[in-house]
Amino acid sequence: MSPPLALSRSVSQPPPRQPDRLTPSPTAPPRPPEKLRTLGLRAWHGKTEVLKGVSLQLLERRVTAIIGPSGCGKSTFLRCLNRLHEVVPGTRVEGKVLLGGVDIYERGTDPARVRGRVGMVFQKPNPFPTLSIRGNVLAGLRLQRSSVRDADELVERSLRQAALWHEVKDLLGRSGSSLSGGQQQRLCIARALALRPEVLLMDEPCSALDPIATAHIEELIRELGESYTTVVVTHNLQQAARVSHDTAFFYLGELIEHAETDALLTKPRHQKTEDYITGRFG
Amino acid sequence: MQPLEPSKPMTRLVTRRRPGRDRPRREGDVADRRFRLLTAAFASTSVVLLGAMALQLARASKPAWRRFGLGFIGGQHWDPSRELYGALPFIVGTVASSLLALLLAIPVALGVAILLAELAPGRLARPLGQLVELLAAIPSVVYGLWGLFVLVPWLRVTVQPALVETLGALPLFRGTPRGFGVLAAGLVLAIMSLPSVAVVGRDVLRAVPASHREGALALGATRWEAVRLAVLPQARAGLVGAALLGLGRALGETMAVAMVIGNRPELSGSLLSPASTLASVVANEFAEATDSLHLAALSALGLVLFGVTLLLNLAARLLVWQVGRLPDGARRA
Repeated sequence: MSPPLALSRSVSQPPPRQPDRLTPSPTAPPRPPEKLRTLGLRAWHGKTEVLKGVSLQLLERRVTAIIGPSGCGKSTFLRCLNRLHEVVPGTRVEGKVLLGGVDIYERGTDPARVRGRVGMVFQKPNPFPTLSIRGNVLAGLRLQRSSVRDADELVERSLRQAALWHEVKDLLGRSGSSLSGGQQQRLCIARALALRPEVLLMDEPCSALDPIATAHIEELIRELGESYTTVVVTHNLQQAARVSHDTAFFYLGELIEHAETDALLTKPRHQKTEDYITGRFG
Repeated sequence: MQPLEPSKPMTRLVTRRRPGRDRPRREGDVADRRFRLLTAAFASTSVVLLGAMALQLARASKPAWRRFGLGFIGGQHWDPSRELYGALPFIVGTVASSLLALLLAIPVALGVAILLAELAPGRLARPLGQLVELLAAIPSVVYGLWGLFVLVPWLRVTVQPALVETLGALPLFRGTPRGFGVLAAGLVLAIMSLPSVAVVGRDVLRAVPASHREGALALGATRWEAVRLAVLPQARAGLVGAALLGLGRALGETMAVAMVIGNRPELSGSLLSPASTLASVVANEFAEATDSLHLAALSALGLVLFGVTLLLNLAARLLVWQVGRLPDGARRA
């Protein structure tokens, strides 16, 4: 198997040239700094090896889509990035995940702390049913035991960021489960954003939503991508094309190709990638 | 009573349908009907049995109702030698011992359920769960024996004197420490109903989708915080149902209760004093009841127990429905 490519494709489509004193090479555009990097990440479910050594570099303030057929390990990969994989009995993780240069799997690291820095949005909206909308937004902070200095402002900011504020500003005391599916999902995004995470993980965030709600969330992902390092697992290639800067293609637990989204979808370098995006399997 | 003799309508159906045009479909149709009738017959047996039992109890207890009327239920005295029969001491004894049992069992059972479903690793959770299930299968007379020889002396010598000393001001803990009494019965019932409540509770907690749990974990919750924030609220209705199961067991339990409650048909406000339950008095006195009024009164107690069980079950079912509705009320499908 070929070694994973760390964004080697980003070279192929340089943005409009700008005078750039830091990078003298005319071919290399300024690259954003690295935010997250996995090194030889392997994960097991019982005896099955779901991830077989994935090394992937995620750059700051970019949206990375993870695509691949069902069972290729893309969700597991995502769940390794906030140490959620290990909460399922019978699972195991090996390798390193460097968040800002520090391994989150290092001995003595509190997984709850890691999860406060790496936010996650799930496939099905899962607001806390007994908490109000406001309570849902503040839940993460309460769990992280951070003192909330200006709760009202934080609630408003998080809900505005999640593009939900105008719809719920008069209903903040209502139960989170009283909202529609798409609104619930945006509430879950607001809940994650309230912690000001360094990385935002989204596991097929639109797969339980109708097309209109999907469009809302996709728009939101594009906006959030400007300020958050975002990783989106998706089954939908069009969605990957619409929301992401970079795309990583996983197949049978291995990273096959990682490149800028346009490049990967239009000029894949690997046969398997091409087979997948042209619909020959998966 | 058609459903009880399924052969009649079936043969009629078969003969009538034989000349039909669409043969294979008709055959399936008939088989389907036959199956439906058979299951309906089986299902109706529970209704029929329930009705027959109530009817029989009502008939057997008629002399008692004729003599005391509805006052039987509120009657405070039970004295066969004076032909004085009233059910209130037993109703109070039954409800008090069962509620005490639930009060003691529910927190512990919930703890066991949470441990088994959420906290213990699989290697530990499985054998532990099986052990708890085993506890539920121990015959009640064994619990009764343990209560008689271990619990009652311990209560008499150690626990009850301490209770009287510290909380004696409350009417609930007044009286001489005898060991036998409502407290002993409540404790034995609590221990007996604990395993079934815990096992059902565990299954209810496991049924909560993982995504809710993980939603909390992903925000940095500890295991316990995730349970409290995301799992318990979802499982409320089922947990009430589990408690209901324990209540059912406690209400009807006869043997173990009869062995430790002291069997005195008296109304008393204290947990320390001996008492009697509907079930225990029937078991205790039935063999010695010679005159017909005594027998009728015991049958009437049976009918009352029937009614109490039905009412409490109904109330609990209402509670389950109410509780189950709460989180969903405003939620879209």
